[in-house]
Amino acid sequence: MASGVKPRVKVPKTAAIGDVVTIKTLISHKMESGQRKDKSGNAIPRSIINRFTCDFNGENVIDVALEPSISTNPYFQFEAKVPASGEFTFTWYDDDGETYTTAKSIAAT
Amino acid sequence: MGIKIVHPMAAVAMFALAATPAISDENANLVVNDEINITVRAAAPAHMENVSEVLSGWLFRADETQQFQMDDFDNPGMIWVDKAVASWGKAEGSEGKSCASCHDDPDSMAGVKAVYPKWNETAGELRTLELQINDCRENRMGAEPWKYTGGDMVNMTALIASVSRGMPVNVAIDGPVQSTWEQGKELYYTRTGQLEMSCANCHEDNYGNMIRADHLSQGQINGFPVYRLKNAKLNSVHSRFKGCVRDTRAETYKPGSAEFIALELYVASRGNGLSVEGPSVRN
Amino acid sequence: MQFTRRDALIMSLGAAAASVLPVQAFAAASAEEILAEFTGGAAVGEGGLTLTAPEIAENGNTVPIAVDAPGAVSVMILATKNPSPLVVTFNFGPMAGSQSASTRIRLAGTQDVVAVAKMSDGSFVQASQAVKVTIGGCGG
Repeated sequence: MASGVKPRVKVPKTAAIGDVVTIKTLISHKMESGQRKDKSGNAIPRSIINRFTCDFNGENVIDVALEPSISTNPYFQFEAKVPASGEFTFTWYDDDGETYTTAKSIAAT
Repeated sequence: MGIKIVHPMAAVAMFALAATPAISDENANLVVNDEINITVRAAAPAHMENVSEVLSGWLFRADETQQFQMDDFDNPGMIWVDKAVASWGKAEGSEGKSCASCHDDPDSMAGVKAVYPKWNETAGELRTLELQINDCRENRMGAEPWKYTGGDMVNMTALIASVSRGMPVNVAIDGPVQSTWEQGKELYYTRTGQLEMSCANCHEDNYGNMIRADHLSQGQINGFPVYRLKNAKLNSVHSRFKGCVRDTRAETYKPGSAEFIALELYVASRGNGLSVEGPSVRN
Repeated sequence: MQFTRRDALIMSLGAAAASVLPVQAFAAASAEEILAEFTGGAAVGEGGLTLTAPEIAENGNTVPIAVDAPGAVSVMILATKNPSPLVVTFNFGPMAGSQSASTRIRLAGTQDVVAVAKMSDGSFVQASQAVKVTIGGCGG
């Protein structure tokens, strides 16, 4: 399921020091649940993103364990502290062993 | 097993007999990204005989579904718009050209979706956006045409629609397209299938009423292509037409057929005055 | 993916249950098992956890839900009648701006969605919300 997987994140470019910011993330992924059958009646094997993490300057914001009941194109919204300027890093872990990462920096003033 | 004939009355019984349209919040307004004002209700165009106000399908959806469309990050349809942005700049075919070679930025397409389907004077034919895209691909790029309702095509129509969001639909119905428009109107009011239902039976006579657990909309197409929660992908107008006609238990016309092109012109014109909304989000 | 003790437990239970029990009983049992595993059998209280979910979902494929549990370490969400009831677990780190999160989930039908929060003092609270999943008007 490496094809067509694209992570997207929405992070404010700036914040006041000590602010809490809202972050939205989305990754295009089928999230094949393992519950479906193909036209010949064979079970379609599970293939999902099973974990998502967001860190700020190396410290964890949120660590999410995903199960097959998460919708196609997993979407998360959450809040993070911004005690200083720095970088948010986002990582998605695929059942097939691949990881997808992206980063966004934020300037705190 | 013999063919089960469904009496038309059975179809009528599917509708709850609500006296007034049941819209979750009839005063709701749609603003996308806090900046694009979408007209979701407008006075019906003069050519509509039985409806006084035209309403976007967005109004008929639950709050949660409505919210999906209010921010591009929350709108899953924008994933495919992104894919189209990538193919916009990709040279294909014998001429070594991409969309960008002639049209620069996708933003240059602002206003295009609002007037399609549109008469092409040079070719002497009515063109949907899909037909125009394939004309570009074949005759300017020297590339293979895309399948009418295929992924590449619906993505590109979503990109082109997205840059016209907020602009009023203003499809011409006179002059060289008038006879096609009349044909589309005829199709709209013709009952088809074992259920003997026309487009109008649901979308003109019963919009706002329940069809099982669902609110029937006016069947406006200003929001196409549509991201549907049901199949988690973008859906083109002709795919939707096919689904509707099939649901009347009829043999359907093919996407891209003369009949569906005429129907698209007519149905699009019923939304004149509403905003271009695609890619919209529906159930 | 990591193979946890919980997975092993669920799978072995599943195998045993599937051979003798109807699907419904299997699903209900495993929701309880998952909860017990999460809480370690501790009592689960109420309050301090808000679960937001629509009363009526227009489609079970994509149901927006949100949880907010000030002071929580982690929040688990269960869809009690899904074939596999565990939906998601949010673990909040030191840089979390709040112990809240939202996502979109699949619901196999009308059912109770349950959120369980583990608070920083080791206690547990839960909140639940019934969500009706409607069947669309047409196959369209």
